[in-house]
Amino acid sequence: MKKPSKLEAINLDAYYGDFHALKSINVAMEEKAVTAFIGPSGCGKSTFLRTFNRMNDYIDGFRIDGQILLDGRDIYANDVQVDELRKEVGMVFQKPNPFPKSIFENVVYGLRIQGIKDKKILQETCEKSLRQAAIWDEVKDKLDKSALALSGGQQQRLCIARALAIQPSVILMDEPASALDPISSAKIEELIYELKKDYTIVIVTHNMQQAGRVSDYTAFFYMGELVEYAKTKTMFTSPHDTRTQNYITGRFG
Amino acid sequence: MTNSEKNRLKDKAFQVFGVFCTFIGLVVLAIFLIDIVIEGIARIDWDFLTSLPSRRAASAGILTAWAGTIWILILSALIAFPLGIAAGVYLEEYAKKTKLSNFLEINIANLAGVPSIIYGLLGLELFVRFMKLGGSLLAGALTLSLLILPIIIVTTREAIRAVPRTIRDGSFALGASKWQTVWYQVLPSSFGGILTGVILALSRAVGEAAPLIVIGALAYVPFVPSSPMDEFTVLPIQIFNWTSRPQAAFLTNAAAAIIILLLITFLLNGVAVYLRHRQQKKIKW
Ligand SMILES: Nc1ncnc2c1ncn2[C@@H]1O[C@H](COP(=O)(O)OP(=O)(O)OP(=O)(O)O)[C@@H](O)[C@H]1O
Ligand SMILES: [Mg+2]
Repeated sequence: MKKPSKLEAINLDAYYGDFHALKSINVAMEEKAVTAFIGPSGCGKSTFLRTFNRMNDYIDGFRIDGQILLDGRDIYANDVQVDELRKEVGMVFQKPNPFPKSIFENVVYGLRIQGIKDKKILQETCEKSLRQAAIWDEVKDKLDKSALALSGGQQQRLCIARALAIQPSVILMDEPASALDPISSAKIEELIYELKKDYTIVIVTHNMQQAGRVSDYTAFFYMGELVEYAKTKTMFTSPHDTRTQNYITGRFG
Repeated sequence: MTNSEKNRLKDKAFQVFGVFCTFIGLVVLAIFLIDIVIEGIARIDWDFLTSLPSRRAASAGILTAWAGTIWILILSALIAFPLGIAAGVYLEEYAKKTKLSNFLEINIANLAGVPSIIYGLLGLELFVRFMKLGGSLLAGALTLSLLILPIIIVTTREAIRAVPRTIRDGSFALGASKWQTVWYQVLPSSFGGILTGVILALSRAVGEAAPLIVIGALAYVPFVPSSPMDEFTVLPIQIFNWTSRPQAAFLTNAAAAIIILLLITFLLNGVAVYLRHRQQKKIKW
């Protein structure tokens, strides 16, 4: 049985000024599944990922044509509030970027800016999110310590906890493990595996093994085009396009 | 002599020359300081700090002058601090890269280089005459605020720019608005740097005499100002006044007042250095 699609791009073109970064992309992503974006550097993976929470809005000269649908609703429509969208679509970045505040304040930041002040709600959310991100046991005794004192891997899981705290339904991850050591990286992968029970996850990665391990679907991009999109198993065993094949087998990129 | 020996010799020669140049500035400054201290230090006592000005050098004090300086310092800070930060935040975080914002930017940089006496003339026209503030503390503080505003704007922008893009992205991605991101992330992280800039700007303002003389600050004020609308004098004007008298005793007074003015400046700079140091220790990206 096919699950409904959570995220969908329809004839999506994206431009940085004159530069055509994404070329008529059509793709539908399944709910509560992990979709991996792969492709050589500069092919537009991050650009595409960032259209789902409209993070590109801040870049001068950036514009899109076409539609991005979240639960069937166009997120670039005029009546969409960006802050509401981002409560629904969380994001984790390549480099862990904890705020220079305490661990606790990092996790509840998303709630605070929504105006939530209730101590009990904040504390409960903090614990729940940290547990979900599999970092609770490591930090439970130092919630009031600076988040900058954590290791890189811990910081990244903290950033995931921070994204979970506002209860999104989609989590975007742009190379979340590329700046981490192999053990931390493995922890993030395990975490993604756990999280996909409740969340729709889109992850950009340069690591083919990682894409193979964590994702259900894979999309291969090349120079702004979506070359191939299929179940990960299918793509890795019998890719259609020669470019996909070359990339997966490491012949370029 | 081989070529490489020649090069080494040149290298050495330049080093010596460089050291000489560095020291020349320091030595001149040191001689000046020592001279001032020898001349003035004995003159500083409680009476000197708490006496009103007088025509007799021996009984003249700098109470009104340093009180005026402190007044000016605080008023200028209150005026220039919010304006400068707001302008810096706007230019750095909000302004789109348009022709207008380019124009504004270039002109702010230019303003920082305008001679202070020109600001005095502007203050005279705008605050003293047009706004009818007279030669009051408020008119003086407004004038000096204009003078230091460009410096504050520039340092604010630098401090804000030092906050990494990734922090802003993290905040936006959690649904924060631009204003919330500035308020909760950017300003707290850059506050030390901004404060440092503001204090350094103020320490420049403390030393200014020319623009205040132009707007009509007086050398002789027989009372301590008690409101922003009062007439006033400041230490640099008092010093200027004393150094232009023929009697040697007044020169001694001037030297003593210079020591006090330098102390205030060093104190401000010390606070700025301390704040910057603490900021660097607290936040390592
Ligand atoms: N802010 C920007 N302004 C102009 N061009 C940009 C900007 N950001 C990205 N680009 C261009 O858009 C193209 C796609 O960039 P993008 O960051 O999406 O690539 P990517 O697939 O994520 O690469 P990587 O694997 O290196 O992260 C690149 O050619 C890049 O030069
Ligand atoms: Mg990228």
